[in-house]
Amino acid sequence: MITYLEAIREAQAKALADDPRVYIYGQDVGNFGGAFKATKNLAKDFPGRVLDAPISEDAIIGSAVGAAIGGMRPIIEMQFADFSTVGFNQVVNQAATLYWRTETACPITVRLPSGGTAGSGPFHSQSMEGLYAMFPGLVVMTPATVEDAYSMLLEAVAIDDPVIFCEHKYLYYHLKAEGLPTEALPVGKARIARMGRDATVVTYSAMLHECLAMADELATEGYEIEVVDLRSIKPLDTDTVLASVARTGRLLAVGEAWPWGGVTAEVVARVASEGFALLDAPPRRLNAKDTPIPYHPNLWGTHRPTAQTIARATRDLLRL
Amino acid sequence: MLDFAKGVSAPAAAQGTFVQAYRWMLLARLVEEKLASLYRGGKIFGGVFIGKGQEALSVALGITLKKGDLYAPLIRDQAGRLAFGEPLLDGIRTYLGSRLGPMRGRDGNVHRGRPREGIFPMISHLGSMISVVCGALMARRFKGETGAVGAACLGEGGTSTGAFHEAMNLAAVERLPLVMVVANNQYAYSTPNDRQFVCEDLSSRAAGYGIAGHTVDGTDLDACLTVMEEAVGRARRGEGPQLVVANLLRLSGHGEHDDAAYIDPALKASPLGRDCLRLTEEALLAREWAGEGDLACWREEALREVEEAVATVQREPLPDPNTEHWCALATTRLVDSFTAESSF
Repeated sequence: MITYLEAIREAQAKALADDPRVYIYGQDVGNFGGAFKATKNLAKDFPGRVLDAPISEDAIIGSAVGAAIGGMRPIIEMQFADFSTVGFNQVVNQAATLYWRTETACPITVRLPSGGTAGSGPFHSQSMEGLYAMFPGLVVMTPATVEDAYSMLLEAVAIDDPVIFCEHKYLYYHLKAEGLPTEALPVGKARIARMGRDATVVTYSAMLHECLAMADELATEGYEIEVVDLRSIKPLDTDTVLASVARTGRLLAVGEAWPWGGVTAEVVARVASEGFALLDAPPRRLNAKDTPIPYHPNLWGTHRPTAQTIARATRDLLRL
Repeated sequence: MLDFAKGVSAPAAAQGTFVQAYRWMLLARLVEEKLASLYRGGKIFGGVFIGKGQEALSVALGITLKKGDLYAPLIRDQAGRLAFGEPLLDGIRTYLGSRLGPMRGRDGNVHRGRPREGIFPMISHLGSMISVVCGALMARRFKGETGAVGAACLGEGGTSTGAFHEAMNLAAVERLPLVMVVANNQYAYSTPNDRQFVCEDLSSRAAGYGIAGHTVDGTDLDACLTVMEEAVGRARRGEGPQLVVANLLRLSGHGEHDDAAYIDPALKASPLGRDCLRLTEEALLAREWAGEGDLACWREEALREVEEAVATVQREPLPDPNTEHWCALATTRLVDSFTAESSF
């Protein structure tokens, strides 16, 4: 068995082994192996290519852009997605504009350990994907499975554009698969994670597993819920979403990020504008509450969508 | 004989280097005067930002760097760009938006460069280019290529950013051959130095990073050439990052839209307010490295070069929104087809 976190480590090991242009730079990623151990043993196995960086998110990402111009393929670990706001300028103004302005590719991968876990509080729990997806010139990946964590990270390193790789901390240790995949859907294609006919629930990252649990629960009530895993949110596979809504006539978009704008709003907007006639009911969204992310599990467990709240929202949708 | 009483320092640079530096300074001054004139005539979109008074510092860096080095100029570095090897046409094409320029109308004025040739195009966020140069130097090190130097330029105002601090510290930790050149031109847009920092001399900050610091009179070409030789040489020899702070005065507004009425007249009358181009001409004459006739002839040649370049660019095609490739990704298969279509 291999965990989601081990898949991320294995993908980095493979990228380092396969391509001499790859190096890893970030806080505590060296001998310590990273705050979550996503780079465990890599500094030893790849001497001089897995380097501890000073606590300087801006300079870390700026340096990655310079190294990419210089022909390298840096993998940057932000210790927590939340801290990437300190390097935000270098991502959205430097990395994301470089190709458009100069026709110089910027193949950097910025790994963002994302999302909430119990007890992590306001500054170690955020979901930043929607923020980055707003900016042209970036690819934003949000893997929900062990297989995708592995294959999409390899693809992130291989492509010539800056990639924001949102890996979910909640999945790191508990999500397991039999082994590493040998083939994968390309980035940009969503996946039907569960087939159904009564409603479409579109989601990504850790929320996929809450949605699948919800679909199990509603199956006992006689409903067949189709669950779409977006996999990447930019590009966002609108065709797969629309095809699913064409089958079910109902849409619920679920995300762990905050409710103003973001991925779920984008999904609903696209379906409303391109697939209005497919809908038998108003499209719905379910997100986290519009407050900072709370510390105590009693609060945190209610702040984010869960299988129970998603089930409630889905039942409401089915009644419309 | 040298006339020290007139403030002309001892010749440090060889005659050939000094003369060549002067001619780049002159070309920079004249092309910027032309761009300012086009701006006043309404021929330029957006602003025009000139380096008047900063040419000696700028050219000294550009002429000291070698081919294969890395260079992140800032907004007042026309002279250094020319000396480093940026074609004169690049600046004019970028200001006028020519499709044949390096930025093809997608970005303008001072936001130009040729990253693959080692000239990095600045973004507007001050201090942000320093870490990019650091990363490019790290790339050289990863590839086992030694001997190159990277230089980044900034004003004193930009040293107040977190980006500056982060990048200087990172360069020090990685012991990169970075030369950080700060033009202390006394005003960041309109903000005077006493509202920007408190330390006596910005180069004293070098000690805090554990790197070498240098202070220079930015109006004095000899001094600038000497300090760059020293700083670039030390970086190239593996002695780590170098911080060079040049004291001078911006002899223009922040941009041509700005009459700079806020500049203290006492500063203009002080040694900082001397025009480095004029001082360099005086030095050339005093050392008999040029006569009045040579100066007039060089000016005439530079003017002609500028006029020809502008005339060339004015005949060039402009960007066309209908044929523009509206795609921000190199990987076209990853373009979000919905966002691509919904914007039309």
